[in-house]
Amino acid sequence: MNLIQIKNCYKVYNNGVTAIADLNLTIQKGEFVFVIGASGSGKSTLIKMLYREERPTNGSVIVGGINVAKLRNSKVYKLRRKLGIVFQDFKLLPKLTVYENVAFALESIGMNSKEIRPKVLKALESVGLKEKVRSFPNQLSGGEQQRVCIARAIVNEPKLLICDEPTGNLDPETSKEIVKILDNINKEFDTTIIMATHDKEIVNRMKKRVLLLENGVLTGDYMKGSYKAHESN
Amino acid sequence: MKAIRVLSRGIRDAFKSVFRNFSLTTAAITCSTITLLLVAVAMIISYNVRSITTDLEKELTIIAYLKQNTSEEEINNLKEEIEKLENVKSVTIKDKDEWKIELKDYDETFKNSLDYFDENPLLDSIVVKVKDVANLKETTEKIRAYDIISSADYGEEAAENIVSAFDIIEKFAVIMVAALVLVTSFLISNTIRLTIFSRRSEIEIMRLVGASNAMVKLPFIFEGLVLGVLGSIIPILITVYGYIILYDHFGGHLLLSLIRLVEPFNFIIYVSLLLLLIGSVIGMIGSYLSVRRYLKI
Ligand SMILES: Nc1ncnc2c1ncn2[C@@H]1O[C@H](COP(=O)(O)OP(=O)(O)OP(=O)(O)O)[C@@H](O)[C@H]1O
Ligand SMILES: [Mg+2]
Repeated sequence: MNLIQIKNCYKVYNNGVTAIADLNLTIQKGEFVFVIGASGSGKSTLIKMLYREERPTNGSVIVGGINVAKLRNSKVYKLRRKLGIVFQDFKLLPKLTVYENVAFALESIGMNSKEIRPKVLKALESVGLKEKVRSFPNQLSGGEQQRVCIARAIVNEPKLLICDEPTGNLDPETSKEIVKILDNINKEFDTTIIMATHDKEIVNRMKKRVLLLENGVLTGDYMKGSYKAHESN
Repeated sequence: MKAIRVLSRGIRDAFKSVFRNFSLTTAAITCSTITLLLVAVAMIISYNVRSITTDLEKELTIIAYLKQNTSEEEINNLKEEIEKLENVKSVTIKDKDEWKIELKDYDETFKNSLDYFDENPLLDSIVVKVKDVANLKETTEKIRAYDIISSADYGEEAAENIVSAFDIIEKFAVIMVAALVLVTSFLISNTIRLTIFSRRSEIEIMRLVGASNAMVKLPFIFEGLVLGVLGSIIPILITVYGYIILYDHFGGHLLLSLIRLVEPFNFIIYVSLLLLLIGSVIGMIGSYLSVRRYLKI
């Protein structure tokens, strides 16, 4: 079953930059996919189109049955409820505790607190942060903050988890932990994961499907384990 | 159920943020308090003026005295003719004998001096009621123009002046209130703008996790509503207590005994509800302006 289907997709920004050109791509439910490429190659642009932060200029991007290209602004929330997003800069609310940050995602979609509590605790357990529920973000390490961000992204049990350089601000050891958590989520809940990254070591070690972007063009789509980057850069 | 939850969360957030931006909030509430106070005063005045005007309209009549020795037939003809005039509601004849009886009853001195004459020295008259007090003067002049009329006048010139003075006050109040409503909406909209700004990361996350537009906007609309409602509390209290005290103080009458104040109940309840409504509407309009401008969704 295709969770994501992209056909003849172009993204041209207002300033004339073509960030994505003639992209064709399908991603099945339950896959774990890395998106790699040099800086400016269009990784974030692709990711942003998936959650309709950016609108494709041409072609179609279908995510979970919703055509993002035709989705009206007022209906974007329907798409966003089906997916979770993990950011490089975590985007946690500093005045809320770990628990509250994760609960905030469910409160925002109007869920009642009785339903919220078990879901939040479960999500925090999945990322191994159950003891830190009362901490504030500034009392956590970078890796822990990213785990909160992941917990928030999966708390509503999305089919798709989108991550834009989730390890970009973390040291190699912590990065490994984070990717391991993502891998567990992928295996345990059958959540489809798309992760844009610069980290070649992780990509090599994980042996997942790899999409290579070069100047907005998809120049490589390597099946599980067939991609091997040169460590030397 | 969901609606209630969204609502209570909205109200809670609104109150939180009212305290967060305290100084601007205070300015907005003060301004809406002043506005609503003026609205209250304007409403009380205009409502009373309207009731006074209707009172006066009932009272205001033109009395036209006919020249001596006008025959009964001439009087009847005149009555018919005046009845045809545009602004005339009714015409009744009040002849000199009626006047004599009335004046004798009125005062002992009158009685003695009237008894002194063999013949009745008074004049026959006609009493004209008009439809519209505003044109009273013109109508009087038309009546005065008839040959057999010796003089024509309308009673309470002073009262008419009061009415027109109130009219000016009323217009002035409407303009003041309109201006203040604008200023208040502007202040409220500014307060909301600040709130939106201070909560932009929250808003960003809400959108990313799939909050509907209504969920994102509602807290701010609520905040405006809360500001408007808070601004209407003092005006309502002043209206309720102030009007009751005013009414009791004057015993329900003002200046001339013929000007009666409107009874406090249910009048002040009606005014209070209207103030609350106006406050809420101003608040929501103010916040809507900012939400529309700064939350483009
Ligand atoms: N909002 C924007 N407006 C105009 N041009 C943009 C915008 N966002 C990105 N671009 C351009 O589009 C191209 C692709 O950018 P994108 O952010 O997708 O690259 P990336 O692969 O994520 O890079 P990095 O690895 O540095 O994050 C770049 O040339 C960039 O300058
Ligand atoms: Mg990027």
